[in-house]
Amino acid sequence: MDAMTPIPATQAGGSPVRASRVRPGRRVADRMLRIASLLATMVGAVVLGSILVMLIWKGVEGFSFALFTQPTPGPGSEGGGIANAILGSLILTVIGIAVATPVGVMAGTYLAEYGRGSRLADVIRFLNDILLSAPSILIGLFVYTLMVRPMGTYSGWAGGVALAIIATPVIVRTTEDMLRLVPGTLREAGAALGAPPSKVIMSVTWRAASAGIVTGIILALARIAGETAPLLFTALNNNSWFSPDLMGGVANLPVMIYQFALSPYGNWQGLAWAGALLITATILLLSIVARVFIRDQRAR
Amino acid sequence: MTALTQPIALARESRATRAGPSRGLDRLFRGAAYGSAILVLLVLVGILASIIWGGWPAFAEFGPGFVTSSAWNIGTEQYGALVAIIGTLASALIALVIGVPLSIGIAIYLTQLAPGWARKPVAMTIELLAAVPSIIYGMWGLFVFAPLFAQFVQTPVSNLVEGMPIVGTLFYARVPSGVGILTAGIILAIMIVPFVASITRDMLAQIPTVLRESAFGIGCTTWEVMRHVLIPQASVSIIGAIMLGLGRALGETMAVTFVIGNANRLSASIFDPGSTIASRIANEFNEADGMQLNALMALGCILFVITFVVLILARTLTRRVKIA
Repeated sequence: MDAMTPIPATQAGGSPVRASRVRPGRRVADRMLRIASLLATMVGAVVLGSILVMLIWKGVEGFSFALFTQPTPGPGSEGGGIANAILGSLILTVIGIAVATPVGVMAGTYLAEYGRGSRLADVIRFLNDILLSAPSILIGLFVYTLMVRPMGTYSGWAGGVALAIIATPVIVRTTEDMLRLVPGTLREAGAALGAPPSKVIMSVTWRAASAGIVTGIILALARIAGETAPLLFTALNNNSWFSPDLMGGVANLPVMIYQFALSPYGNWQGLAWAGALLITATILLLSIVARVFIRDQRAR
Repeated sequence: MTALTQPIALARESRATRAGPSRGLDRLFRGAAYGSAILVLLVLVGILASIIWGGWPAFAEFGPGFVTSSAWNIGTEQYGALVAIIGTLASALIALVIGVPLSIGIAIYLTQLAPGWARKPVAMTIELLAAVPSIIYGMWGLFVFAPLFAQFVQTPVSNLVEGMPIVGTLFYARVPSGVGILTAGIILAIMIVPFVASITRDMLAQIPTVLRESAFGIGCTTWEVMRHVLIPQASVSIIGAIMLGLGRALGETMAVTFVIGNANRLSASIFDPGSTIASRIANEFNEADGMQLNALMALGCILFVITFVVLILARTLTRRVKIA
């Protein structure tokens, strides 16, 4: 891997002078590349590192016991916590994942098991990839038109559906990828025992790919936990505990962070930083867990 | 793809000989899988249909002038998308100009130059950073970056270039507040770096070691190996990764809304505040009704078209490579 890999020094009778072995132009180009890529890495590390440091710094400052026990304060009032937003975010995320998991796993199963080679499966796979990176604000607009406008009110259900639409493509993609890793011989063995395709899929293929599928679900969780844009027009926010039917605005961390960070009140901004740290830590933790799972899957 | 080469196609006919309850279950299962897959298709169609339906009155009212008009007047109900479109494209372009060289540099460092023990942890950290929600980048941009940027970049540069032709307009901040199109572009660049860098790294790492070793073997320097062997091999997929990053930058809402300044003004200076399609929708949608709502939906349509063209290009490019 040494860049100065010596060229057979045929010229100048094998002179040991380095400059004659590698033309200066080549050496300069090589040095430039090394320096440039090292610089790029350092700039990236410093900037991204400073974001994390700042987040921890400001977030820890805002941490307190009240954070987890009290609801968000009204404008101008002192103290308060973000307990209602934490709970609301949990509920929205659970709704999102509960809707997205069956749909995503089944759609992924279709793509990997039933739809092999079919035109329809190719189209769906392509559209799923597009949906995977579609701007989330458009999904917010869609759910607004689909649910909020007809129902006449913002609701937790609409927020959950918006999150489900974002989570589904992630689950479809990982499920399909993981099912494809399962060797065909396993399916053949199942089929040879007389098991119908559904039985083969449920008790052989799924089981063999289970760690991978769970990884997909965790990744989808990490993805939707911090989504803000689609919640702006669906779940909105609320400064108090919500009603159990989830109608009206439902407090949630991302929108709370957005509104509080842009507010003029010091304690609101502090709560926003604390919420931001909480959410980022959760997401990083989920991503790490997903990575451990996927390593298990690959190792098998 | 591998689908065709896989020896088994779950024998559809095998159930013909079977009877009893399991056959019904089998059909049900297959139907559920098929239905879920169709649902994914329907959601995408639904997104398109809903924003076209919502934006139609605005397109009908203003015609093609909607795209070319820079008006956005809620009082007189005159709406045009030009400022937001330009803001979206300009901020995404700035993000690419800054973000792509950084990402490729990081990818090269990680695959070619970094000491062996550092590669895995650094690569994993970068991948993890790609999962940080965009609102965090927005907050950091507004509270940490913007004040520094105003003090150490905007003010001195504005003073320096004031009165000069071209650069005097392009880099002149009337009010050096730190927020603006350039700030949004920089924040977007920071946001897409982990994403583009980790995809590019994967692409470079997938190239067979033999290729690299033989290039080194005939005496190439690292630069020459990159320039003549690795980059040509991975170029299409790197462009695909860049397009995916572009798709993110174009549709990003939260990171931009914090730092772009949300002004509806067509300004020649990239230091001045502006707005993007996504930031305008995020800002105004909840208070909008009537024609304003329709105009915002129409903005959504335009964003849909722009990002989907980019994403389709990106997917086609990255796909072609996987087959090859």
